[in-house]
Amino acid sequence: MATKLVGRNYTTPDLKAKVTGRAKYAEDFRVDGMLFAKLLLSQRPHARVTRIDMDDALAMPGVKAILTEQDLPAVVEGANLGEGIIASTLSERGLTNEPMYVGEPILAVAAVDELTATEAIEKIHIEYEALPFVTDPLESLRPGSPNARTQGNVWVRPAATPPQPGQPPAPPPQPKVQEWKWTDADFAAAGPDKLPLGKTPDEWTYGDVDAAMANADLVLDETFVGANTSHQPLETRSAMAYWLNGKLYMHCSTQSTMRTIGAVARWVGVEPKDVVIISEYTGGGFGSKGSGAVFYVIPALLSKKANAPVMMRVTRDDEQFIGRARPAFHSRIKAGFRKDGKLLALDGLVIVDNGPYDPVSDSRSGGDHISLANQPEAMRWRMLTVLTNTPPRGAQRAPGGMQGNGLMSPLLAKAARTLGIDEVQIHRINAPEGRASFGPPNAQGRRPFATSAFVKQAIDKGAELFKWEERKARSGRREGTTVRGVGMALSTYSAGSLGFDGLVIIKPDGRLQIQSGIGNLGTESVFDCHRVAAEILDIPWEKVDIVFGNTSKHVPNTCGQGGSQTTHAMTRAAHAAGMAAKQNLQKLAAHVLGGKPESYDVANERVFQKGGGRGMSLADAAKKAIELGGAFDGHELPKTISAFTRTSATNLAGLGLMGVARDEYGREGSSKSYVAGFAEVEVDVETGAYRVLDYLAVADVGTVIHPRNLAAQVNGGVMLGLGHAIGQHWVYDKHYGAPVTRRFYQTKPPTLLDAPRLQAVALDIPDPQTPVGARGVGEAPVGAGFGAVVNAIAAAVGDNVFRRAPVTADVILEALEAGRPMKDALTANI
Amino acid sequence: MTEMVQSGVSRRSFIKGAIGAGVAASAAGYLWRTTLSGQDGAAGVVERLITINVNGKDRRVDVLPQETLAMTLRYKLGLTGTKIGCDRGECGACTVLVDDVPRYSCSVLTHMARKSKVVTIEGLEAADGTLHPMQQGVVEEQGFQCAFCMPGFVMAAVGYVKTNPNPTREQLAHGCSGNLCRCQDYDKILTALQRGAELMRRA
Repeated sequence: MATKLVGRNYTTPDLKAKVTGRAKYAEDFRVDGMLFAKLLLSQRPHARVTRIDMDDALAMPGVKAILTEQDLPAVVEGANLGEGIIASTLSERGLTNEPMYVGEPILAVAAVDELTATEAIEKIHIEYEALPFVTDPLESLRPGSPNARTQGNVWVRPAATPPQPGQPPAPPPQPKVQEWKWTDADFAAAGPDKLPLGKTPDEWTYGDVDAAMANADLVLDETFVGANTSHQPLETRSAMAYWLNGKLYMHCSTQSTMRTIGAVARWVGVEPKDVVIISEYTGGGFGSKGSGAVFYVIPALLSKKANAPVMMRVTRDDEQFIGRARPAFHSRIKAGFRKDGKLLALDGLVIVDNGPYDPVSDSRSGGDHISLANQPEAMRWRMLTVLTNTPPRGAQRAPGGMQGNGLMSPLLAKAARTLGIDEVQIHRINAPEGRASFGPPNAQGRRPFATSAFVKQAIDKGAELFKWEERKARSGRREGTTVRGVGMALSTYSAGSLGFDGLVIIKPDGRLQIQSGIGNLGTESVFDCHRVAAEILDIPWEKVDIVFGNTSKHVPNTCGQGGSQTTHAMTRAAHAAGMAAKQNLQKLAAHVLGGKPESYDVANERVFQKGGGRGMSLADAAKKAIELGGAFDGHELPKTISAFTRTSATNLAGLGLMGVARDEYGREGSSKSYVAGFAEVEVDVETGAYRVLDYLAVADVGTVIHPRNLAAQVNGGVMLGLGHAIGQHWVYDKHYGAPVTRRFYQTKPPTLLDAPRLQAVALDIPDPQTPVGARGVGEAPVGAGFGAVVNAIAAAVGDNVFRRAPVTADVILEALEAGRPMKDALTANI
Repeated sequence: MTEMVQSGVSRRSFIKGAIGAGVAASAAGYLWRTTLSGQDGAAGVVERLITINVNGKDRRVDVLPQETLAMTLRYKLGLTGTKIGCDRGECGACTVLVDDVPRYSCSVLTHMARKSKVVTIEGLEAADGTLHPMQQGVVEEQGFQCAFCMPGFVMAAVGYVKTNPNPTREQLAHGCSGNLCRCQDYDKILTALQRGAELMRRA
């Protein structure tokens, strides 16, 4: 492929709107007669609402409607809701009469202004019946301890029924909540500082772990506890909704545009065809707004009830409760190493702090990405996903992967120091290569594998650029009151799905119109991916118009903007659509000018006979396509595209020469991206304060589409991980089940002053399993951001300082004074 | 906070307005309504017609005693480029210039700004569409990602560079350290703002 666009920097077409303040985020829209919604949040960690007295509130002038759980669509247990979602009475619904965490919305008031709505909420009288609660997952596993829900405290997935001969395999059974307790003996055996090794409802294994462990020269047994960390996008999940001619118009903050339709339809209880999503700009999501938020049901149904548009402006305080968080891992890892550093066996157990609702998948993902990054010869991975009466967790940038790769970082660094090996070398010897296997065997007994891995090149390049040897020489050496330390880490994450559609039109004015269902959440994939189609058609970027941010504007079937899918999936779809348009041009030229389609080429805004000869401009070709109709202008469509794309393409038929196609390129293996990170810190051993001085990341993420944006994704991911290392965490009052960390300043994201000098480098080696060679990049850097920083701290002050994250100044200072880790080893949310 | 006392707003009414009250209320925030609808607001709420100078123009606007500048700008003057990220002086997304000084508009009462000149992100661009040098710097360096924090950062940087036209990277970082970004490529943000500072010097 030529590279006039792919791999080059450019100014994204939304940047001027952003920098002038004209870009409209969800809360920036105004509609005539718009009401405002306010939420009444539970002050109790777990209770049953026994009575709600709304009379005084409803009597207030200006109060238009109150929405409670009774107004939500009924849940039919086991009903298939589409997109792989099965209805469950255990799922979160947006409003509840059995609040399960402090801050859970119970009802919402719509009024003419927020003051009136707020006063109305003050006049609502609620009576509760208190129910047992627990905020610490380990606490909930003790015998006789409370359960977060009346049904139990652990998510358990029943065993799949074996397929009957001649019958299609049954769908996997739905997970259920049940009581799950460890024994006093489990806790006693572990002692105060080690995670107990009780029974788990879920585990996988490959290889002979016990035999491999027995052969190890060094066996480490490490307990490590991470923090719950809120997503804290700068834009809260505000939304405004109204109904027109039976359709719901939802202006909302969501990562995905097209992929939010189905979710909103499910929550509100309407057909997807009756939902229009408008989301031109989203102020960050980081996983918490994958397909919007369940709370969007509130303005939607309030609007219906009040018969007026409703704006739900979610405050920062609300957001901290309802805005999702990454679940903490409580982990215990036993790892056996050969004396050269090779990881022979890994035996891990993790507790995932899930919150009260639908199960997160972080536990499985954690094990998968450890096995991929560190390639143990044999591995067992045991998992519990425990319910607590704390805000619901959700996917956060590298869900599970960040925690898994993160907890392995200090362990590998410690093994390296114990064995007298270089930290870079221990990562290198265990790094994945080529089609590296990961995770447990599937039903056919085969382990999944990655499409490619050039991780050793990434490590080598990083070590060279970072001047690892030079910096290592001064690592751990005290100068005055400060000690420097260097650390490295490796992280990996899923990096792409496939099978979606692209839709482009060459217009009679010669411009290329590209229909995009990709969300504009700051990753710029909404523009970057489509440059592939323009590249194939050799149309200058100035003549490309991208239609985005509104599902009524006829967008194609598009992946969700989560899981680092988009760059991979949608460059493939863009490639397919670009090639379809090119072939359409060739056929049209042959039809009009004679000859065979293959004898025509497309370049310089023309379709022309190869080697010189007759041709026509793309503008003329578009006019001709409209004249000829059929497949040329979208009146006949390929059978392979999805029904959703078919509807959009049909609506756009006749506007020009159409290129519409499904990505059918296929793939062997799972797309995975990798980042090797290197950090240097400077610790003041008299105060415990430290600064991260430098951070270098080398990314193995396939072909680079947009270099400056790729660096931003890598650096941003690194900083998110760095935040987990230096300070972000939740604090809970266990007695009242109430959060202490309620705002930015109590669980503060990194600021400009926390940022080290950041450098991001990409290998730019194409992935062999995708036509453009590009994979996703958003998630892979996060674990390395965390890991390299904590390893650098350990290099400066020793392995015996911390055994949980974040590593704050007081953690360092107290440990240095006492000569051992001082922070409570196992308690959650301290 | 002396100005606040002078404005005649009691601490109680300020907190009720700016923080939202009551043990049961989730509400932090807000006292405004859409002026398009002509609906009656809550009983007992008294707005006063005042004039404030925003982006070089005198604007007449009905303002509640406890109304913050951020709310007035966004909901009464339609200047939605000023973002509210936290509504309590933590994130800087609502930063505007008040007499050339970067201020969190969520923490300034509109009544306090009556005699001041307020500049928002919408006021930087010239009438002919020429971008302000700081905006131009951001465009040239493809600064920021989701950009929800961008208006606040740009206003903070413009204000800071007015006091220190030739800042080092470290100085500019300090100058903008009251602003949070969650996409967090702070390196590219600083590069863009430094470019803006350079263009401001040349202008």
